[in-house]
Amino acid sequence: MNMKYGLAFIAVAAGALLAMATLMHWERPPMASTQLGPRGVGMVWTQNPRTEAIVKSKNIAPESDPPAQLSGIKVKDSPDYQNVKVLGDLDVEEFNRLMGAITNWVAPDEGCTYCHNPENMADDGLYTKVVARRMLQMTRQINTMWTPHVQQTGVTCYTCHRGNPVPANIWFKNDGPPHAAGMSASRQGEGLASKSVGMTSLPYDPFTTLLAKGAQIRVDGTEALPTGKPGASIHDTEVTYGLMIHMSEALGVNCTFCHNSRQFASWSESRPQRVPAWHGLRMVTDLNETFMASLQGTFPKNRLGPSGDVAKVNCATCHQGVNKPLYGVSMAKDYPELRVANP
Amino acid sequence: MAMLSFEKKYRVRGGTLIGGDLFDFWMGPFYVGFFGVLTIFFAALGTALIIYSASQGPTWNVFQINIAPPDLKYGLGIAPLKEGGFWQVITVCAIGSFVSWALREVEICRKLGIGYHVPFAFSFAIGAYVTLVVVRPILLGAWGHGFPYGIISHLDWVSNVGYQYLHFHYNPAHMIAVSLFFTTTMALGLHGSLVLSATNPQKGEPVKTAEHENSFFRDTIGYSIGTLGIHRLGLFLALGAVFFSAVCIVISGPLWTKGWPEWWNWWLDLPIWS
Repeated sequence: MNMKYGLAFIAVAAGALLAMATLMHWERPPMASTQLGPRGVGMVWTQNPRTEAIVKSKNIAPESDPPAQLSGIKVKDSPDYQNVKVLGDLDVEEFNRLMGAITNWVAPDEGCTYCHNPENMADDGLYTKVVARRMLQMTRQINTMWTPHVQQTGVTCYTCHRGNPVPANIWFKNDGPPHAAGMSASRQGEGLASKSVGMTSLPYDPFTTLLAKGAQIRVDGTEALPTGKPGASIHDTEVTYGLMIHMSEALGVNCTFCHNSRQFASWSESRPQRVPAWHGLRMVTDLNETFMASLQGTFPKNRLGPSGDVAKVNCATCHQGVNKPLYGVSMAKDYPELRVANP
Repeated sequence: MAMLSFEKKYRVRGGTLIGGDLFDFWMGPFYVGFFGVLTIFFAALGTALIIYSASQGPTWNVFQINIAPPDLKYGLGIAPLKEGGFWQVITVCAIGSFVSWALREVEICRKLGIGYHVPFAFSFAIGAYVTLVVVRPILLGAWGHGFPYGIISHLDWVSNVGYQYLHFHYNPAHMIAVSLFFTTTMALGLHGSLVLSATNPQKGEPVKTAEHENSFFRDTIGYSIGTLGIHRLGLFLALGAVFFSAVCIVISGPLWTKGWPEWWNWWLDLPIWS
C-alpha cells in the first residue's frame, strides 16, 4: 500500500477519535442492561449504575410521621378550626399531623406562614392557602380517580414538591424566544435545543397541543405502503416525537420501555407499561384542565408563565427521572386521608 | 474452465501464510490454499446450521426466518442451542469464514506481488461485523446484545437499538458515517458517469481518454482528482463510512447510555457562548 495514503487515512481517523475522546463527555462500561422484549429484538434498557446511584440518592421518600393518636373529635365539629373546606371529616389529630407533613413536603423553609396568616389561621388572604386547598383536592382526585395510572402506590404532595413550594418540573405555554416579523416570523415552534424535548431540535412545546383536552396522537401510518390519502403532517409527527422524548426523559427510560419500534402504534407488540403511560397522559390533561386551570385567577402574576398562563404538570412533575416516582415507595399508604374521594 | 493465455504466468507457487505447499493449488479458476479450505468448512457448517436452525423456527418465509441471539441472562456464557446457542455457533462460523477469506486474499496478493488493498478493505467490513456481534456484546456484558440473523428481524433490531438512545441521528459517529456513505455514492456516481461518457462519445468520435475526463472536471469544479486519485478517494470514503458506522454502534451503550441528543450538551456548554 502507498504509505502516504495509508498514513493520511490513519491520521484522519485517529484525529477524529482523539477530538471525540478529549473534547466531549462520555460514560464508561460496565453498564447494567435489562431485557425489555423477546431476545434479539433490540428492546433493551441500558443504564449506567454510577449515574443511576446518583439518581437514586435524589429520589428517596422521607420517613412518614407516626400515625396520629385519634382524639375522637372531627375538625368540622371543633370550634378551634374554621374555614376547613376539604379536610373537615378528619380527626383533629390526623388533621394536625397532615398539616405538619404538608409543611415539610412543600414549604420546609418557609413554614406554616407560607400559606397561613399567623394572626388567623382560617384566613384565605394568602393565595398559597387557596392553591393548597385545591391541590389537596387534586391529590385525592389522583389517588381515587386515576388508579389506572398511579395504581395502589398513590401520590402525596411530596411526589411533586420534594420540599419546593413550586415543583421543580412544571411547564408553561412556550411561544419561543422573541423573533422577527414578516416571512421570518415563524420557526414552527422548533429548531432550538430544548430541555423540554431532551435537547433535540423537535418542537419545544409539545404539551400545549398534545396535553389539551381530547388530544389524540394519530401520526403512525396504518398501512405498510402509502395509501394516497394524506397522513399526518411532518410537524404533527415531530410534535409527537417531542412529547415521547419528554416522557422518556421524565421517566429515565428509552422508547423501547413501552414500544416495539417496529410499529409504535401496535398495542399487541407494546409492553404492558404503555397502558399506565396512556392513562398518565389522560390524567395529566385532567389535572391541568380541572385543577391547574381553575387557579388561573388565584396565582399572582409572577407565578404565571410568559404568556400569562398558569403552571401546569407533565410527566416530569411527578416522575423526576424515575420510571416509578420515588422508586415506587408508597407514601400515600401512610396518609389514607389523601386517598378518599372528593365530595 | 478456460484460462486466459497470460494467466498461466501468475499461477506461481509460494506466498502462502500457512500450510506450505499442501493446499497450494487451483481447482478450475479458483485458488484453494489452506484458508480456502477453512472458508469452505466454516461457510458450509454455518449455512447448514442456519438452515437447521430455521427448520426449528415457525416459518420458511425467507424474509421472516429469524435466528436470534440468547437472552441477556446468559451473559457472556454459552446458551442452549435453541435459545441462542445456534446464533453463537453461527457467529463463530461467520467470523471464521470471513477472516479465512480475507487471509486467502492476502495469499493471492502475495502470489501476484500486489498491494494488500483488497484484504485491507474487506477487513473493514469484517471489523464492522465483529464490532456488532462480539466487541459491543462483550463491552455490555452479554451476547444478547448482538443482532439477530434474519432479513426483517435484523432491521427491527436496528430500529429498536436506535430508539434506545431516543434519536439516533444525534449520534456523532452516525452523522459522520452517514455523510461518508452519501459521499461515497456521490463520488461513485460522478466517476461512473464520467467513465461512461468518455467511452461513449458522439457518433463518429473516437473514444476519449483521461485527458478529456480531467478537462471535464477542471471546467466544472476547477479540479480533477485524476484517474488514480478517484479510486483512492473512493476507497477512503467507503472505508471511512464503514469505520465510523462501527464506531457509532460501539459507543451506543458502552460509552453512552442516555439519549444521543443530550450528548451534545458539551457543545452548548462551550465557554464561547454559555
